[in-house]
Amino acid sequence: MPDNILELRDVRTYFPVHRGFLVRRQTGAVRAVDGVTLSVRRGEVLGLVGESGCGKSTLARTILQLVPTTGGMIILNGRHLGEATRAEILAERRDLQMIFQDPYASLNPRMTVHATLAEPLLVHGICGPGEVQGQVDELMRIVGLAPRFARKYPHEFSGGQRQRIAIARALALRPKIIVADEPVSALDVSIQAQILNLLSNLCREMDVALIFIAHDLSVVRHISDRVAVMYLGKIVELGPAADVIDRPLHPYTRALVSAIPVPDPRIERTRRRIVLAGDPPSPINPPAGCAFHPRCPHAVDRCREAVPPLVPAGPGREAACIRLAELPPAGS
Amino acid sequence: MPLLSVTDLRTYFHTRNGVYRAVDGVSFSVERGETLGIVGESGSGKSVTCYSIMGLIPRPPGRIESGSAMFDGVDLLRCSPRVARAIRGRRVSMIFQDPMTSLNPYMRISEQVIEPLLIHGRTTRREALVRALEMMEAVGINDAAKRIHYYPHEFSGGMRQRVMIAMALITRPELLIADEPTTALDVTVQAQILDLIRRLQSELGMAVIFVTHDLGVVAGLCDQVQVMYAGRIMETAGAEALFHGPLHPYTRALQRSIPALQPKGRELFTIPGLPPDVSKPMPGCAFVARCEHAAEACSAAVPALTEVSPGHSHACVRVLSGEIGEGA
Repeated sequence: MPDNILELRDVRTYFPVHRGFLVRRQTGAVRAVDGVTLSVRRGEVLGLVGESGCGKSTLARTILQLVPTTGGMIILNGRHLGEATRAEILAERRDLQMIFQDPYASLNPRMTVHATLAEPLLVHGICGPGEVQGQVDELMRIVGLAPRFARKYPHEFSGGQRQRIAIARALALRPKIIVADEPVSALDVSIQAQILNLLSNLCREMDVALIFIAHDLSVVRHISDRVAVMYLGKIVELGPAADVIDRPLHPYTRALVSAIPVPDPRIERTRRRIVLAGDPPSPINPPAGCAFHPRCPHAVDRCREAVPPLVPAGPGREAACIRLAELPPAGS
Repeated sequence: MPLLSVTDLRTYFHTRNGVYRAVDGVSFSVERGETLGIVGESGSGKSVTCYSIMGLIPRPPGRIESGSAMFDGVDLLRCSPRVARAIRGRRVSMIFQDPMTSLNPYMRISEQVIEPLLIHGRTTRREALVRALEMMEAVGINDAAKRIHYYPHEFSGGMRQRVMIAMALITRPELLIADEPTTALDVTVQAQILDLIRRLQSELGMAVIFVTHDLGVVAGLCDQVQVMYAGRIMETAGAEALFHGPLHPYTRALQRSIPALQPKGRELFTIPGLPPDVSKPMPGCAFVARCEHAAEACSAAVPALTEVSPGHSHACVRVLSGEIGEGA
């Protein structure tokens, strides 16, 4: 068995842009994911961060084969998903589950908790109709819900409880990897902590790898083993969570980290903030060279010439910036 | 005399399913030039407090049951609509959470930004447009001369929030109420907007009420912070005191559950249970069901907000009686 449960090699997902009504022509493409190479180890929590529009959700949907890939390879359990048939993808989906951001929208309002949790078990033939009840009770207990609520509908639960149901649904098939797209962004701080604890305990106990997508860096730092930072469809920095967030290398990661307000007035008053000008550029027409150069405080002419590759930068770390050696030390 | 002084504000919503006490006896004041942060989870009544002051509560089902909001000698809750209109949008302005839905999609930005000036001031359209252009430049919109004639959909989220700010500040208000103005935005854009509010505040000398659920935002921006829970104020203190010496168990629990303040890998502290249903009577402290220090006395009566040191008040009977000390 390979050590990597999931491998992405130069994955690209473009959405065509059409113009014209009678004569439709493709005039360009949104390069939502543009050459991502990444691997996820067994039982690992990989954080994926970036601003809205950077392609992190599209990458999640691409991994689950919910949107077609334009190029590159997605290898799950040693099998190339792009070449698999629909039946084979369905079988592989057992190992690959997703938790969505909005627990109000991702549960079917007409299905009871029991029906929601029983469906994957029956579709994939995990257990016979006779054993479903026991399995559902067990799943509810794992996520901290009393089995006596099994006959209730989603609207009878709070946001945090709904997210627990969504987690139970993802766990029903005993997957090897779960992709969680902003699972706590819609929740209040006190509820968020409950869900974060639950997710990290479950992944450890059940040896499930987790791709945790979020825009809140402090949450990602807390839960992840490694972090990947995305900007305009590309990974610009990758490394151990605490290292990347405490001592960021790439100028974009530095700006992102410095933009997060710290809940401590003493630190807030003294620290210097790198305020980026403007918004991220359009992924339809990305800037030449490094996509970050128009907003980068360290950009020079060379940055406009070629797309910088992700290169090793310290133990377990990679960054995509040609000026890494010339920048002031990280964390200063 | 404080610029705004709210006393015992109660805003209830009378619905078919019962009476929801969204704001239940809130008192606070804001001095000229001061920044007050109101933090709380969703449903804690922080937005309803602001809407009540601005007179934006839909009636019915909402009703302001009691209280007053004195703004420079005028009670905003009881004055005639004419007096309220003269203050609202001119001397008190508001920015809303969602820049995507709070601009009129059918109107050009220019028309929306100058509207408050045309309604309140005796300015001509031409003068108003000049002011609007200055304001758009002040909030950091490049190429403002051209973009002022755009429609909202031609702007990004951060840009629309800048337009909202320009619109709110064009009349040079004395008080700005900002209801989660950066929640819908990315962190890098949030940093830009917070910087902008801070800069304009010091230039115009206005007071700001900043509503948010993010303790981090409060730390960098506010002088005074008040923590709300289930329609009541649990604790109010200077930013420094609130973050380094919180007294109320709810404030402490809230701080302990933020990942940013916890060592990595350790289990996060969680507040058990859910916020209370504000349509049910709460004879005691609103936090009693989830509080690790709850005792019998806590359910007996609603604890009053008591000042323990200058500017620092809390509503916990057990902390007040010394039964739970600091750092408990």
